[in-house]
Amino acid sequence: MADYELPEANRYSQDDEWVREVEGGLYRVGITDYAQQQLGDVVFVEFPDVGAKFDSGQAFGVIESVKAVSDLFIPIGGEIIEVNAALEDAPETVNEDCYGAGWLVAIRPQDAAQVDALMDASAYAAHVAERDA
Amino acid sequence: MSELRRTPLHGRHVELGARMVDFAGFSLPVQYESIKAEHLAVRESGGIFDVSHMGQLRLSGPGALESAERLLTCRVSDLAEGRVRYGLLCNGHGGCVDDVTLYREGPDRVLLCVNAANIDKDRDWLKAGCGAGTQLDDLSEETALLALQGPRSAEFIDRLCSGGETADPSQLGRFRFGEFHFPGGPGRISRTGYTGSDGFEIYLPAQGGTQCFDALLEIGAASGLIPAGLGARDTLRLEAALPLYGHELDDETSPLEAGLGRFVKRESGGFIGHEAMEERERQGRRKQLVGFELEERGVARAGYPIVLADREIGRVTSGAPSPSLGKSVGLGYVPPENADLGGTLEILVRNKPLEARIVQTPFVRRP
Repeated sequence: MADYELPEANRYSQDDEWVREVEGGLYRVGITDYAQQQLGDVVFVEFPDVGAKFDSGQAFGVIESVKAVSDLFIPIGGEIIEVNAALEDAPETVNEDCYGAGWLVAIRPQDAAQVDALMDASAYAAHVAERDA
Repeated sequence: MSELRRTPLHGRHVELGARMVDFAGFSLPVQYESIKAEHLAVRESGGIFDVSHMGQLRLSGPGALESAERLLTCRVSDLAEGRVRYGLLCNGHGGCVDDVTLYREGPDRVLLCVNAANIDKDRDWLKAGCGAGTQLDDLSEETALLALQGPRSAEFIDRLCSGGETADPSQLGRFRFGEFHFPGGPGRISRTGYTGSDGFEIYLPAQGGTQCFDALLEIGAASGLIPAGLGARDTLRLEAALPLYGHELDDETSPLEAGLGRFVKRESGGFIGHEAMEERERQGRRKQLVGFELEERGVARAGYPIVLADREIGRVTSGAPSPSLGKSVGLGYVPPENADLGGTLEILVRNKPLEARIVQTPFVRRP
């Protein structure tokens, strides 16, 4: 079974996204190490408009690898405050540093308590292990 | 997954940590580490592919050449022994049953290397179309097939054969083959491939496949040779604009629509599907294959609509980001009046039209 990096500071969704508070009520969202390994070489990210609002679990964008197209699902409801425009020229950053420079969007949650309902690293590790088996 | 067929190298792929997928009913590696890295390795040094899923069908006997001449769109009788030619099998409507490489093995013997998905169909179709004095044998199960591709392939293949008394396979010209001794062999080496780079294909007994694969990796690993999967095989053949059956070719599409007229003996004829194909041409070609580059960010994939002035005029048959060019390229069918080089099209990507330009193929040329 493959090994995945799962920082303790993040919360994780069923749909293989991570969430982490970065500053005053702003949360960054990205895809997990498991997701980037499954996708392979990321070549394109289609972002939502800044200001767009999504309910938790809604598709907010698309990520494409050489071989596949996948929807991105927002782990917690909220408004898109920023998108990681650096990925337009360097989408491979998602593979290289999915929890750091490869973040996707920053959101302001409707209800920050939704974050607590997400999985912690060990719960997510179990979720992944189940699918890998 | 348990009903998927396995190639003789299956165990090695799993050991190497490859991601295995279902391709034409076989469990095959789509990638080992990264499609992009494997693609670039083939363009820069070398990659080794297990393509043992492909089929080998042999026609032999006093009627074999005559049968092959009638079954294949390419000329057969003037193909010298030791040479390979690309051709197609067509149905009575002028559509493609399969595309194949034809090996002239002897005076009364040819071997067809066919697509895995079509082995059963081809065998039945050949059987039905064979004339008297022709024997048909299916060697697919007993044969392993490896493709060593990339600019340094010649160096690697000579080292593979260095232990035997046979000549160096690098002396083979393109589309020529010979029999050689090598680990896992003896077997056949042909200077052919499906990547648009120099390379060789190695036919050997099924039980020798893994030994040969390992020997090649040992020879080339320090020089950048790596195992490569179906993902890279697909992006490489797309850059070279080589058709893939089930995408650019199918039972409905004629080789002429696919731009493969140079592999069709239109003058001499005498093969199944010729008259129907010419009749379709006389009535006016309905569609033509074009290569395009996306002018905007995004990826055009197989099945996406090609539109012009809000009207769907065709479909993408293959599309991917090109690792060599750093932009998205694709192939698709459009009406002939919309197929001019330099013309613009739109590809509908998730309901959003992205601009594309029709360009010369192959997208990437041999150095």
